Amino acid sequence: MPHDHCDHPHSLLPPDPALRVKALETILTRKGLIDPAALDEIIDTYQNRIGPANGARVVARAWSDPAFKADLLADADPLLADLGFYGRQGEHVVVVENTPAQHNMVVCTLCSCYPWPLLGIPPGWYKSDAYRARAVREPRKVLAEFGVSLPQDTSVRVWDSTAEVRYLVLPMRPEGSDGMSEDELTALVSRDSMIGTGLARKPEAPA
Amino acid sequence: MTRMHDMGGRFGDGPVRPDAEDAPVFAEDWHGRALAVTLAAGALGQWNIDTSRHARERLAPKDYARFSYYEKWLAGLATLLVEKQVLRAEDLAQTSDGGDGTGAAAVAPHPLAARALKAADVAAALAKGGPADRPSEVAIAYAPGDAVRCRRPGGNRLVDGGHTRLPSYAVGALGRIVRVHGTHVLPDSAAHGLGEAPEPLYAVAFAASELWSAPEHPGDEVVLDLWQSYLEPV
Repeated sequence: MPHDHCDHPHSLLPPDPALRVKALETILTRKGLIDPAALDEIIDTYQNRIGPANGARVVARAWSDPAFKADLLADADPLLADLGFYGRQGEHVVVVENTPAQHNMVVCTLCSCYPWPLLGIPPGWYKSDAYRARAVREPRKVLAEFGVSLPQDTSVRVWDSTAEVRYLVLPMRPEGSDGMSEDELTALVSRDSMIGTGLARKPEAPA
Repeated sequence: MTRMHDMGGRFGDGPVRPDAEDAPVFAEDWHGRALAVTLAAGALGQWNIDTSRHARERLAPKDYARFSYYEKWLAGLATLLVEKQVLRAEDLAQTSDGGDGTGAAAVAPHPLAARALKAADVAAALAKGGPADRPSEVAIAYAPGDAVRCRRPGGNRLVDGGHTRLPSYAVGALGRIVRVHGTHVLPDSAAHGLGEAPEPLYAVAFAASELWSAPEHPGDEVVLDLWQSYLEPV
């Protein structure tokens, strides 16, 4: 039974979405089913503590430590757990490596699956119909909208996150970054480079 | 037999509009609130992730198209709260009367109130996550390199119109196994209270030319995570 409705419960709530959230929060709080302080804590976590800086640390370490990189590509979960990056929407992570021959890009055409413990909450465009619809069919046109153009001999592999496996792209280490420390390298790792809609930043030329 | 959310490959959506990397995580305050209410309500344990995805997917197509992202979440949440009898429709209707809850008559304790997520437990709950891998009696049938075909017709075979994670663009397509993920909960079953029915899950690669009539490049591929029962041997 697919439970299709004609009596949509959401239509009972106020039409303005901000008021709709407030209405749900109010009734659930009155019944003791949610704690507004817990909501504040969840928001603070994803606004301030869990975000792309986590993924950037993983990438910078993989660039710096070949043994870590090999283990990360073979079986990421134990390493990510050691780093404290296990958690909701990141229970099963596969890291895919960009090379001159292959560029990887991640989408969720059916909803908005995304590796939260590594990248935080997905940006608006990742959840947009345009990205969900087009990333699988015309990834190169989508990349161009991000200002990325790939060599003709680079193939594109788009990962559609249809299960509970979450994908993180390991971007190519940019030229000119030799000798940079792991901490310095993290600054080169953009969020989009770990989704595959961007490349790692080039280091600024020394003054 | 498709639903609005199954949009991979669709035409007509226009350009992708990238955000700055330092754009706010939540474009509006209520977006964060919507996410937090949804996660906190989920912690009551009355549904799983597959049920909640299905609640959003089965919004009326007109609602799915006109609602913004977090509006879909709110609508799905309202549906689940009523269907799972956490709240009554009357409870939702009363929220529209302008009451802010502060002056309301005391309400009787809700039977699920003891399960409410407390602020002090949020970090642990988020860190604990909800792994989907389970032991399974279904033997792993394919190995990397094996050719497989997505079954046709697609759709949920247990529940007509039910939840499935086989996108319609891959139905009937020929692919090859690139990774074995182990055995995972089957969403087609778990979304409908029919048990977790774990079975093997694979990453399956499809040539772009197998999926699209005008592929951009001969070397391009799309990889999907697909359960064994979505696949047939070739």
